[in-house]
Amino acid sequence: MQPAPYSFPGGIHPETHKALTREAAIAPAPLPAQLFVPLQEKGRAPGRIVVRAGERVLKGQKLAEPADALGAAMHAPTSGEVRAIAPHPLAQADGGEGLCAHIVPDGKEEWTPHAPFDLQSATHEAALRHLRDSGIVGLGGAAFPSHIKLGDGHQIHTLVLNGAECEPWITCDERLMREQATAILRGAQILAQLAGAAEIRVGIEDNKPEALAAMEVASAGQANVQVFSVPTRYPAGGEKQLIESLTGIRIPAGRYGPQYGVQCFNVGTAHAVARAIDHGEPLISRVVTLTGAVRRPANVEALIGTPIADLLALAEPENNVTRTLLGGPMMGVALPNLAAPLPKHGNCLIAASDALFPPRPAPSPCIRCTACAQACPQRLQPFELYWFAHARAFDKLARYRLFDCIECGACAWVCPANLPLVDYYRFAKDAIRTQERERRAADSARERFEWRSFRLAREKEEKAARLKARAAETLSQMNNEGAPPDAGSADKQALIAAAVARAAAQKAAAETPPPPTEEPPQP
Amino acid sequence: MSTTHSPYAHGPASVRATMFRVLAALVPALAVLVWYSQGAILLPLVLSSAACLALEAVCLKLRARPWRNDGSALLTAWLLTLCLPVVTPWWLVLTTALIAIVFAKHLYGGLGQNPFNPAMAAFCVAIVAAPGIMAQHLPPHAMSTLEQIRIILGLDAREVLDGIASATPLNALSNALHHDDTHAADFADTLATPLALICAYALGGLWLVRARIIDWRTPLVFLATLFLLATLPWWIAPARYPSPLFHLLHPSTMLAAFFILTDPVTGCTTARGKCLLAACAALIVWLIRSHGAYPDGIAFSVLLMNFCAPFIDLHTQPKAFGHER
Ligand code: SF4
Ligand code: SF4
Repeated sequence: MQPAPYSFPGGIHPETHKALTREAAIAPAPLPAQLFVPLQEKGRAPGRIVVRAGERVLKGQKLAEPADALGAAMHAPTSGEVRAIAPHPLAQADGGEGLCAHIVPDGKEEWTPHAPFDLQSATHEAALRHLRDSGIVGLGGAAFPSHIKLGDGHQIHTLVLNGAECEPWITCDERLMREQATAILRGAQILAQLAGAAEIRVGIEDNKPEALAAMEVASAGQANVQVFSVPTRYPAGGEKQLIESLTGIRIPAGRYGPQYGVQCFNVGTAHAVARAIDHGEPLISRVVTLTGAVRRPANVEALIGTPIADLLALAEPENNVTRTLLGGPMMGVALPNLAAPLPKHGNCLIAASDALFPPRPAPSPCIRCTACAQACPQRLQPFELYWFAHARAFDKLARYRLFDCIECGACAWVCPANLPLVDYYRFAKDAIRTQERERRAADSARERFEWRSFRLAREKEEKAARLKARAAETLSQMNNEGAPPDAGSADKQALIAAAVARAAAQKAAAETPPPPTEEPPQP
Repeated sequence: MSTTHSPYAHGPASVRATMFRVLAALVPALAVLVWYSQGAILLPLVLSSAACLALEAVCLKLRARPWRNDGSALLTAWLLTLCLPVVTPWWLVLTTALIAIVFAKHLYGGLGQNPFNPAMAAFCVAIVAAPGIMAQHLPPHAMSTLEQIRIILGLDAREVLDGIASATPLNALSNALHHDDTHAADFADTLATPLALICAYALGGLWLVRARIIDWRTPLVFLATLFLLATLPWWIAPARYPSPLFHLLHPSTMLAAFFILTDPVTGCTTARGKCLLAACAALIVWLIRSHGAYPDGIAFSVLLMNFCAPFIDLHTQPKAFGHER
């Protein structure tokens, strides 16, 4: 174990509250009475559903194929009956609905046939496809499909394994590292092999000495693995921040790790990869920290799709709980509906009381104290962004690099004026994206219109030219067939021919095809 | 704008706590001045504080803003009291409060929107409008408490305190240097007396630096620049130019370095900008003190730099993460 060779700017030291659950060993959550397995990511097309309502499914059986390249498959977390495939509230801040498979478990936990994946003889594509078909996505929070992050197997030289877990309250990764270090490293080796990375760097915050020790012990003899302790400072586990701490590489907004030779995976993801390859088990469960104002804080291994309310009940929330957070307090979301199912990225449920999370006091004007700028890990000037977002000066926001903001919330945490800074950034980003979309739609509509006008004009010209040619032909035929021409009749014939042509042209114009109806290209 | 989104946790900082810590940092200096003035300064302090708080409340009410005791009005009152001579008449104390809170702060949109430091703006107006009164800085223990209070309340008709005014450490030292008739004893005397005040300012200021309420760059760059600027001409023509010590050991230098130029609202926000602003402020102070008509250039220098701060900020923006190259 060694200290991280680099560091990142800014950061904050919020109270971690991890003592509540860090000694709580991972225990399997009891089988819930029903499951709602999300088949659709927020704002994305639903996957291709391969089961029907009324069908019996086995544990690990595929429910939906990914809809497109950016998806991953979904599986039945246990055996039982698919009652319905219908919209159900999802675990999102807006309480929006998405297509879910409502499964009533039969309690038999009967597995679908599955077998280890032979990594050695498989092609790169086949291996990536297997990860996709196993539903492997990032378990750290972004839920981004892992097979896409791996790239073509040639660009990445260093794989960063994220065990920093910098968000307060959460201990699921810490427990996993302490209990499953070998499997995690096995998964990391698989990922490194698929990415073509020569080196694996593990980053763990130094407030988890047991996890550091466990990973160190497990990595003994693996020459390509180095375990680094990262100073405890939020957001040390931010993907960009950890990559910088361990490799010194800074990835600007809009760029991706592979372009810089690095990629970052969460320890939970690596563990899921090991299960998928060595056991052929798809991603159907994950470790969740249950904490906050609860009588029995815990770390449980829960099935994806378990209703949040069922999970929370295991921890016995206190009576003064006012809301439930999914994820940590810095980047998590308050859930409006506890019927929502546990998503793959659901690492923590916090029963929040006003005592633990006092309501934010009313904001006051910014005093330009720059505390936010000193806390910003992305080296932005949050108060300037706030000001421009407030004034809707969107062009300025781009100059001040709004899109480099990772929405970590460090600025809002330190702000003495209590300004909801991140809310402003989200609002501005949304507004700018919408504007951009509208501009593109308008552009393509204009292009379509111009193209149509051009085409109509061209068709008209072509038609006129054709008719003229035909008229000329008719005329010359008449001339050839008819009596010896005299000047007068030739004129007359030309007039007749022209009239014929005009009539034909009018007829042709009336037959002009209707305007095109193709949809504007989706951005 | 919804506030139901992350982050749900908030750190311990608040505007109020920040302001009250700055106020706390001013307590040592005020204590020294209480001692110097034999308690008389408490009268303008209370007057100014009451006036600023009342005006703040009225302005917020008129602007239909909630009243919050954020400490900013009290801080303005305290800074004003520290800048004005102790024996400033009551009406001028109230007028400066009015200018600071109403004109320099709320007419610009209140806390956070004011381009000029309210205390400095009011102080400048006073210097220009009543230069005689503003020159009446008493040396320590020069007058009895009662006498001073009588002057403040206008019961003593003396407009300008001849003889006493010229005996202030700054003027005495300045005169001594300019007229080349340095008395060693006088010199030591004048140096020794404000030393307690200077130390008090520095003590409070360094505590604020340690508490990370103010940035270390501003006082460091300001004091260093002033020292360097003053050294060269003084070496060349010691009779013509005041010594660097004269500049540094001036109470208003310390006040500006730690409490005025560090005002976040009216200063620069970027690290490079802070340095640039402090250096320019030092240059202006030195120019005014060496060549200007006013005995002290701090207030004018601060206002001028307040004006420049947004432009300096604009041109010293740091590069964002990953965009360094
Ligand atoms: S921390 Fe808050 S008050 Fe301070 S500069 Fe940033 S936004 Fe303004
Ligand atoms: S939320 Fe954005 S602006 Fe605020 S500290 Fe994080 S990266 Fe910086």
